[in-house]
Amino acid sequence: MLKVQDLHVYYGGIHALKGISIEVPKGKVVTLIGCNGAGKSSTLRAVAGLIKNKKGRITYNGADLTSRDPVEIVKSGIVMSPEGRRIFPHLTVIENLRLGAYSRSDEPQILKDIEWIFELFPKLKDRKDQKGGTLSGGEQQMLALGRALMSAAEVVMMDEPSLGLAPMLVKEVFDIIAAINRQGKTVLLVEQNAFAALKIADYAYVLEVGAIVLEGTGAQLIADDRVKSAYLGG
Amino acid sequence: MTWAMFVQHALNGLTLGSLYALIAIGYTMVYGILRLINFAHSEIFMLGAYFVLWGLTLFYLPWFVAIVVAIVVTAAIGILVDRVAYRPLRDAPRISALISAIGVSFFLQNLTIVAFGALPREVYRPAWLENPILMGEVRVLPLTLFVPTLSFLLMLGLVWVVYKTKPGLGMRAISKDIETSYIMGVPVNRIISLTFGIGSALAAASGIMWALRYPQLQPVMGSIPGFKAFIAAVFGGIGSIPGAVVGGIMLGVIEIMAVAFFPDLAGYRDAFAFILLIVILLIKPTGLMGARLEDKV
Ligand SMILES: Nc1ncnc2c1ncn2[C@@H]1O[C@H](COP(=O)(O)OP(=O)(O)OP(=O)(O)O)[C@@H](O)[C@H]1O
Ligand SMILES: [Mg+2]
Repeated sequence: MLKVQDLHVYYGGIHALKGISIEVPKGKVVTLIGCNGAGKSSTLRAVAGLIKNKKGRITYNGADLTSRDPVEIVKSGIVMSPEGRRIFPHLTVIENLRLGAYSRSDEPQILKDIEWIFELFPKLKDRKDQKGGTLSGGEQQMLALGRALMSAAEVVMMDEPSLGLAPMLVKEVFDIIAAINRQGKTVLLVEQNAFAALKIADYAYVLEVGAIVLEGTGAQLIADDRVKSAYLGG
Repeated sequence: MTWAMFVQHALNGLTLGSLYALIAIGYTMVYGILRLINFAHSEIFMLGAYFVLWGLTLFYLPWFVAIVVAIVVTAAIGILVDRVAYRPLRDAPRISALISAIGVSFFLQNLTIVAFGALPREVYRPAWLENPILMGEVRVLPLTLFVPTLSFLLMLGLVWVVYKTKPGLGMRAISKDIETSYIMGVPVNRIISLTFGIGSALAAASGIMWALRYPQLQPVMGSIPGFKAFIAAVFGGIGSIPGAVVGGIMLGVIEIMAVAFFPDLAGYRDAFAFILLIVILLIKPTGLMGARLEDKV
């Protein structure tokens, strides 16, 4: 279980996260929803080890990860697929996937996992020697998820994977997230597409200006009037 | 000009150009990753040559051993320069690292003066390097064949590292997006050290071959070749390894040919590089290969 306790994040003088506590139990999908600037990305980036100026405690299966660097975080089993995909446009699909496996050295298993990614995302297989930058937006998102999965981390954090995709592709992305979860991965999902996220979430937190204002199971929050009016458009 | 003379000049140009190219690679790799112009790189080139002299005269090492040791030590110093002078400034504005680079450059030059003296030092050359080889009417010194060949092999090795190995994949990734590489598990600082190490080793190799060709060492000997190699890197498209190679070789050939065809201009020899730079920047500001961003490392 990934546990974040009383997390504070500062950007210069800005106090961006004001004491956030969340729990991501093994095998579950937990989602973090909230408006622009609420602090969703900051939470994930802090867990990933990218933010040094923070307070609080981050533990995974009891081990303290608070002051670990990003490489150590990946090796301990938590990976982040960043906001805006950020695939490497000048590297091929295969190279992007191999980069995701950079922290590993079990070559035979890496080869098997590449095949697994190609089963999960058949379109990537057809494009495996193409440069990442030549893929469509949807394909790039698949590549970003595939790259994160290649780390073999048990916990996959995804920052707005449906951002900027056509409605049909959005559905596909959420189906894939559910499939990844069924295959045993724990998911911490950040989304602005609140309804779709809550539908697949076991548990959810609502973030507003750096603090958690509401939490509950996905079903509870979908039914909640405040969530309905603020995030579900009615 | 006879055909034989032309070939001779071309080979000389290729030799000089390979030496520029080896230095230019270091500028371009560091720039590709850190967007930093490592002004201390010309001193790294100079140190490579001095360390060989030191190994030969102080420790009586055999030539081959002296060269290998010099390259390894110079690479280590290149890595150390990054650790001490650039890494602490990674999050600072880019100008700070640039100023730090200029400081390191002066520091290394002056350190060399303290250690070896400011007077030029003679390097004696192994005898086999002195006897010209005759190929038909073309007379060339062994170095003229040896330098481009060895440089070519070193560059092949570099291409192999960058395009075929895991650390090379890491280099290509961080040249585009350091943060994402980091969260994917690439040990960014270690890869940057490796980049400085490789660039410095190549510059040291260049400095050593330079010293064999122009056998006089001075603490400021890196300035002009270093500056020209930097121009070659910009000319080829800074950030691009193939660009640095092509830029370096072209600059060497143009320099030698210009003097050969227009002997009156010999005094302006060092100006050609700058003219070339101005022309390329006017026509194609990104350099010859700068547009092909995928080659940036
Ligand atoms: N590098 C930074 N420097 C200064 N302020 C920052 C930085 N990154 C984020 N912030 C601020 O911190 C707050 C939280 O930002 P964060 O990116 O975590 O929000 P978010 O919930 O992910 O928003 P979005 O939905 O737009 O991605 C915002 O007020 C933002 O302006
Ligand atoms: Mg965000």
